Amino acid sequence: MGAIGAYIKPYRMRIALGLIIKFLGTLMDLIIPWLLAYIVDTLMPTRNVPLILKAGGLMAFCSVIAFTFNVKANRMAAATTRDITKKLRYDLFEHILFLPADKRDSFSASSLISRLSTDTYNVHQLVERSQRVGIRAPLLMLGGMLFTFQLEPHLATVLLLLVPLLSLVIWHITRKGIPLYANVTEKIDDLVRVVRESSIGIRVIKALSKTDWEVSRFEKVNQQVRQAETSAGLMISLIAPAMTFLLNTGFMLVILLGAFRINAGQTQPGKIMAFLSYFTIILNAVLSIRKIFILWSTGGASAQRINKVMGTPVGMPLCEPDHVDNGLHISCESISFSYNKALNDLENISFALKRGETLGIIGPTGGGKTTLISLCMRFYDVDDGRIRIDGEDLRSIPLHQLRLRFGAVFQNDVLLADTIYENISFLRDIPRKDVEKAARTAQIADFIESLPQGYDTRLDIRGSNLSGGQKQRLLIARALAANPEILVLDDAQSALDYRTDAALRKAIGQEYANTTMVIVSQRISAIWGADHILLLEEGRLVDSGTHQELVERCNDYRKIVRVQMGGATL
Amino acid sequence: MKKPSKTKVLPVLRRFWQYLARRRMVIAAAFVVMIASNLLALVVPLLSGAAIDAIGTKAGSVNFPAVFYNCTLMLVCYGASAVLSYLLSLILIRLSQTIAGCLRQDIFENLMQLPVSYFDTHPVGDIISCICYDVDTIGTSLSTDLIQISSSVVTVLGSLVMLLILSPALSVVVLVSVPVTTFVSRWQMKRMHPLFRRRSKKLGELGSLIEESISAGRAVSTYSCEDAMLRRFKNKNNEAMDAFYLADAKSVLLGPMVNFINNISLAFGSVMGAILCLSRRLTLGAVSSFILYSRKFSSPIREAANIVSEIQGAAAAAERVFRLIDAQPELPDRENALSLPAVEGHIGLEDISFSYTKEKEILRGITLDVPKGSIVAIVGPTGAGKTTIVNLLMRFYDVQSGKITVDGTDIRDMVRRDLRMSYAMVLQDSWLFSGTVYENIAYGNENATREQVIAAAKAAKIHKHILSLPQGYDTPLEDGGENFSKGQRQLLTIARAMLIDANMLILDEATSNVDSNTELEINEAMQCLMKDKTCFVIAHRLSTIENADLILVMDQGRLAEQGTHHELLQNGDIYYKLYCSQFKIYK
Repeated sequence: MGAIGAYIKPYRMRIALGLIIKFLGTLMDLIIPWLLAYIVDTLMPTRNVPLILKAGGLMAFCSVIAFTFNVKANRMAAATTRDITKKLRYDLFEHILFLPADKRDSFSASSLISRLSTDTYNVHQLVERSQRVGIRAPLLMLGGMLFTFQLEPHLATVLLLLVPLLSLVIWHITRKGIPLYANVTEKIDDLVRVVRESSIGIRVIKALSKTDWEVSRFEKVNQQVRQAETSAGLMISLIAPAMTFLLNTGFMLVILLGAFRINAGQTQPGKIMAFLSYFTIILNAVLSIRKIFILWSTGGASAQRINKVMGTPVGMPLCEPDHVDNGLHISCESISFSYNKALNDLENISFALKRGETLGIIGPTGGGKTTLISLCMRFYDVDDGRIRIDGEDLRSIPLHQLRLRFGAVFQNDVLLADTIYENISFLRDIPRKDVEKAARTAQIADFIESLPQGYDTRLDIRGSNLSGGQKQRLLIARALAANPEILVLDDAQSALDYRTDAALRKAIGQEYANTTMVIVSQRISAIWGADHILLLEEGRLVDSGTHQELVERCNDYRKIVRVQMGGATL
Repeated sequence: MKKPSKTKVLPVLRRFWQYLARRRMVIAAAFVVMIASNLLALVVPLLSGAAIDAIGTKAGSVNFPAVFYNCTLMLVCYGASAVLSYLLSLILIRLSQTIAGCLRQDIFENLMQLPVSYFDTHPVGDIISCICYDVDTIGTSLSTDLIQISSSVVTVLGSLVMLLILSPALSVVVLVSVPVTTFVSRWQMKRMHPLFRRRSKKLGELGSLIEESISAGRAVSTYSCEDAMLRRFKNKNNEAMDAFYLADAKSVLLGPMVNFINNISLAFGSVMGAILCLSRRLTLGAVSSFILYSRKFSSPIREAANIVSEIQGAAAAAERVFRLIDAQPELPDRENALSLPAVEGHIGLEDISFSYTKEKEILRGITLDVPKGSIVAIVGPTGAGKTTIVNLLMRFYDVQSGKITVDGTDIRDMVRRDLRMSYAMVLQDSWLFSGTVYENIAYGNENATREQVIAAAKAAKIHKHILSLPQGYDTPLEDGGENFSKGQRQLLTIARAMLIDANMLILDEATSNVDSNTELEINEAMQCLMKDKTCFVIAHRLSTIENADLILVMDQGRLAEQGTHHELLQNGDIYYKLYCSQFKIYK
């Protein structure tokens, strides 16, 4: 359980209180058969009918207490678990939000989604049921045993001998069950992945009439989930019959032993009967918790998966301040980086950018353009070299402060199923007028204002009621809304027509003149006005300079210009 | 708003029965095993009663042979009962897993038949929550609850018979508790149903938020708005957990309540038993058996009562599951829809109009004739309705007035599958799935050979990159290809389109994220792809469409201009301005 224990700890007093109440309620369940034995053994021979009636009344009273206390305790358990799960899920979500990008990639989105939903749910079930049934049953068992000891210590030893045997069986089977259930949750990750992908890609699937194929792809994972669940279930189901059999055998032994003892005059038949009555309670208690064993295994497996996320360090380490006065806004000093730490995805890249300048990055797909800007925003750490902002080493600026300087649009950014205002403000409570200014600059204000509900129009899921270009302009407006020091656009204008794109760049230049820009684009027109242009190919810097310089001296660059412009400006 | 729960639970159960009914034999087998196992368990108190009677009440008078005999029989019964109960679990787990699997499969199969608009308005997270949480709730309930309820009924009935045999007078006391318990359970169920429904719904909403925020993860860290996202999450999480608690808090009442009824009847029973025994109408062994049976009685009733709440949860979950299974699929093909396996590719648009919502018309009154084999380019500012035309051509949506024809046939009179199969396409959002690179390229054509796949990748200039991956073509894509750049994803989808044998082609911003050198390199392959096909090309880089036979200039849902590149340039209007804008420098 590990870290999950820490979530239960603050509630230990409440849990303890609940358990005491539960204990008292359960005690009543034990007293009732004891009263029964008292009636049969002690009162019946005296033929005292009024006393028998009184004892009966007492039994009724105990029943009331049992009812009230059990309800109270169960409610307390439900409330405590609610609070524990709230906190656990919240913290897990928080932890995931702050996971560094590479860690998040390695867990995969589908798996994180199912950890937040299925796994926390499993833990919830475990914690709640353990309090409600898991305590009641051992209490009944222990209490029943105590009573039996007090009744007939010799016969009770039979029970005592059974306990280690039972524990061994349970321990052994649940130990095997946990990895089986871990396997189930992994298969569920796959299931989530297929559902998620097929829902997002429904247009392509329908266009290619691949629905049957998708169904069979789903069938495969569905089959695997089924098999995994079945084999885990079969293992855990061994517990109940094994326990019942052991206990029943004990029951039989008690009768047998009892026969000898009665024969020898060492005990009375009434005691044997009460004994058997307790035994039935114990047996039923054990039977009633057979679900707990499944919960132990599923909850245990889920807890491990949650712990794995929680155990992954969040954020990025903060380094010692390292400052140089170079008068530059962003400077990149011969950096290298590799995702898999084998082959370098970027090698020895340098550039220098003053405040308010624009950097254009161009080059073939897969050349490392997105990687370079991800490094500038510290989604990953460089393996070699150094990136400075205002002369300060990136790694010495608290992540939160660093990111606040940026406004960025990445290639896979998505819109929320929320209002247009909220999509631009993006949870930052940006004043309406800043949002409107950003929308105007991003050339999307006219469109928004033409909608009946304007900025309060709700978007469909992933903004699917918008065209590609409208989506990109909203994302750009989002990036501009907080007046960032640095604006990063990663091929964020690809779906814009040239005129809109040009108007957009012009507006940014006017409205956000002090903003330093980094523009990744496939379009020469988007970057040729930049103060510096980097041409990246396969992770290496082919050349850098202004448009004029590159046109004059760089063949590869000239080629791009020729292709796109038909030589119009050379 | 709140309809009476009674009218809601029953249809769900009936519906559910259809799933069970298909496995009638398995269920029958389960029942036989269950009854056998319970009967064995019921015989045991008789045996133990006999053993105790054989022990007698006085020292030295124990009838040992009878005790041994009964004990041996008990042991045999226990052994058999354990084996049977494991057999029962085995059958039940297989049964419930089969049914859960069927439900998931049915949900997904219907999901794939739903119109595209469904996915535009229903969050994936909610769908996931339905397929995972709701189906799991049903499955769990099925594997344990169904049989436990039945087993309880059998035990209760069996015990009742035994009680009647032992002492009719005593049975009356216990008998009272059965109808009372039933009544109490029904009353509770009624009150709980809306709570459980709310619980499933809230969990679905939480699921949607989780899916959306994980998908937007990069943006959340970019804007450092983790705290605001957390606040949002906190709200939904609290709502979900509070709904969960409310359902819980109500349902925990039932178990203790039923227990109470049983305890009270036990109190009465024992007092009466004692009095009856005093009046010598019962033996001590009979009282013992009686008490054992009443215990046997109470425990399954309590179990059943506990289960009621779980069945409620399952019923609420089943409601959501069936709602998804019953969601209205795309309109079926018309009755005498034409199957046109080989489409020539002559497309006609006759005065079509369309809007997604009533407020805003996207296209109006567009008429067009596209002869077979011609290349049509669609240009215009974003939001002018270009992608909508694609949606209509492929029948993701149907036109509201006018009609679209292919080879002279209204596309609404065609088998939808045939229509879609006659297009190859590369769409704006290049979608990949977590199969291998190879599977992703061959996605549109299952019969493609490995050579063809590699040839397509080479033509799309992505072959070299694929070879650099750890397992080449067999490298799995992580989470829908997030380890590929957008440009690379587009190249993969272009390779995919190259393998599709169709006479019509749609390129919606197919190369917008591909660098121009690569674009030039794949040009030949693209020309080859477009050859002899009726093509619709949407592109902003106008250099790519100069050779089109017909260029349509869209503006605010209308066809503003049409003609060839040269004609339009000479017009000097919208197209001319668009064309010039790509060469202007703005700083």
